[in-house]
Amino acid sequence: MKLLEPGAELDGFTVEECIHSGGMAHIYRVHYSDGQRDPGFAMAMKIPRMTAGDGAENIVSFEIECQIMQVLQGRHVPRFVAAGDLSRVPYLVMEYVTGETLEHWMDADTPPNVEQITWLGTAMARALHALHQQNTVHLDLKPANVLFRGDGTAVLLDFGLSCHAHYPDLLAEQLRKAVGSPAWIAPEQVVGVRGDPRSDIFAVGVMLYQLCTGHLPFGAPQTAAGLRQRLWVDPIPPRKTKPDLPTWLQEVVMRCLEPEAAQRYPSAAHLAFDLTNPEQITITERGTNVTGTRFRTHFKRWLKAAGMHYKPSPMASQQIDEVPIVMVAVPHVDVTDATLYSLRQGVARALGNRPGARLACVTVISSGLTSSSDEAKSETNVHRRYLTMLRQWAQPLDHPGHQTSFHVLETGDVAQALLDYARGNNVSVIVMGAATHGLKTQRFVATVPIKVAMDAPCTIILVKQSLPFELLGDSAPGDASDTGGYSDSGSEIRRKPYGDNDVPF
Amino acid sequence: MRLALMSDIHANLQALEACLSHARAQKAQRFVFLGDMVGYGADPSAVVERIRLLTEEGAMVIQGNHDAMAIAPPGEIKTVGDTTAAWTYRQLSAEQRDWIKELPLTLRIDNILFVHASVNEPHLWRYVYDQRAAKASLDAAAEWPDVRYVFGGHVHMQTLYYRGAGDGLMAFTPQPGVAVPIPKHRQWLGTVGSVGQPRDGNTHAMYCLFDTDRAQITFHRVPYDHFAAATAIRRTGLPEFFADRLEDGR
Repeated sequence: MKLLEPGAELDGFTVEECIHSGGMAHIYRVHYSDGQRDPGFAMAMKIPRMTAGDGAENIVSFEIECQIMQVLQGRHVPRFVAAGDLSRVPYLVMEYVTGETLEHWMDADTPPNVEQITWLGTAMARALHALHQQNTVHLDLKPANVLFRGDGTAVLLDFGLSCHAHYPDLLAEQLRKAVGSPAWIAPEQVVGVRGDPRSDIFAVGVMLYQLCTGHLPFGAPQTAAGLRQRLWVDPIPPRKTKPDLPTWLQEVVMRCLEPEAAQRYPSAAHLAFDLTNPEQITITERGTNVTGTRFRTHFKRWLKAAGMHYKPSPMASQQIDEVPIVMVAVPHVDVTDATLYSLRQGVARALGNRPGARLACVTVISSGLTSSSDEAKSETNVHRRYLTMLRQWAQPLDHPGHQTSFHVLETGDVAQALLDYARGNNVSVIVMGAATHGLKTQRFVATVPIKVAMDAPCTIILVKQSLPFELLGDSAPGDASDTGGYSDSGSEIRRKPYGDNDVPF
Repeated sequence: MRLALMSDIHANLQALEACLSHARAQKAQRFVFLGDMVGYGADPSAVVERIRLLTEEGAMVIQGNHDAMAIAPPGEIKTVGDTTAAWTYRQLSAEQRDWIKELPLTLRIDNILFVHASVNEPHLWRYVYDQRAAKASLDAAAEWPDVRYVFGGHVHMQTLYYRGAGDGLMAFTPQPGVAVPIPKHRQWLGTVGSVGQPRDGNTHAMYCLFDTDRAQITFHRVPYDHFAAATAIRRTGLPEFFADRLEDGR
């Protein structure tokens, strides 16, 4: 299609200036011709190049993008406005998002510092998770396709090579071949796998590597053989060229870039979690290595890669559901062994047999507990004390497959702090004690667990205390008096065995 | 137009009624029955009568292998399908049998072709259970140059076949209730599943809705009183197996 002149009209839209003229499409600013309707945001129209010289894949890509854009929701994708009939006049009108693309950060005169890299990475990972939750895998993430809004949230663009689990994949074929941008695509994409959300994590890894070092980890291969290399080769560790990069950042980047998808972060939420909690990252050789991977390792992987072939992937949302982030709120005042024991049982059940799940142990302390003048009450010291408490609590849960981290939140509003934490970290399950405090007033004043349960963005498990050995010996079940969860200490309520409404809710 | 496509009802009146009301609630404008109204189930006569009445309101019907068998039951029983044919024959009136006899094997509405099994020699009742069989069916549909869509039943599965980036067809398993765009510049073949005898471990009846204006297809699963349908089979004295499988969805 030839370039449209400003002022031209198309299906009720008036074309303004052309803002992008690429190999695949032209993009114009547009507004409604009738001048009546105001969508509340600026609009852009994308028109694919569809002349004889342009490949069929170009048209298919456009078809895919139209289909997927119509169903995607949320802040992390441009809003869909309208699409033209593909056989008549193909176009796509969507929100024109203002902001800088990641390319802008990469072309900047001064390379981004660690703090900037961290927030760029976190924003990308959160946007990606929102996409995966909608059963869509992007498969063509690169600096030009990630845009940052003024408020720091990332917006993902260009869904022409994406894959939506609920729609037929128009780019799939029996003779699988790589589709994507060579510099950023994941090893499994090279052998034709489409639909694994961890492929997008790899692409984020490539971008993080670029931000850290200024280089592409695998260059920009032009040949199929060059592309296949990433099936077994690790890139040069970023700290080899940038020794002052923190080891945790290299750990994160190199984990994203693992040739085998199963070794990478199992979901983008996990990646965002690590980037926001760098002090909790377990640093392995991945983070410390500055010499590069040994020949023997590469050779072994090369042998393995020779047998690598296409396998269909399960639905993205299903796949990320398998690796939940489980958050447990561990109380630290007025708490008995029975409560702590039951909480641990509840957590073990929530983690289940899901090896990729991660556990975040959280405790909330009141903001008055720390002091900047009193050394014994300094934030570090106070936090350390509670972190140790959490670690001890979690010790029996220790499982090699589960990553566990510990967090002390300091606030006056316990419920709100727990909710914010769950929301900010894409927590899938909250486990907390069904607090036994204030039971008599509970019908009038919502307690912490009730408040959290009402507003939780995810499933919440309220654990009632019970000890397996409680019924043994002299102590009758009713004697196990104690208080369960957070909040006001000094409860006088005694726990009844399993009875009416007055037992822990 | 919103077409409700139903196949393999297999004399299951409970499942048929559930799908009809579901489709009406979804604003279906026309019903198309893709064969196998009878066989296996307890209510062949009632099901045929119900569908015959619907044709007066514009519904369209084609013949399936079980319908053909019911009007000319085989002398000796070779397959499980044969076992109920003679019984079904006796349940149908002479008038109903004559009506079934006149039903076509294929039917076309604009760019859509309906067939019970495969367009590739429809009377041989070939199963379209994979990409190759789907391609053979779609290739045979080339006899009608305008046809973009082929819909059939017979295999009791809901699958959508389409041309991907390569030469062969790709198979896609739809998510029930999700509208899938199937634009007419491509060729599509869908197997709509079975109303009256689901076999995938899920007892819910299957049918699909094709919105031709929006070029979207939605595959549906509809819960119905499958215990009642199974009980009805047991009352007839037909083999217990046909009742059990409705309760198991297998």
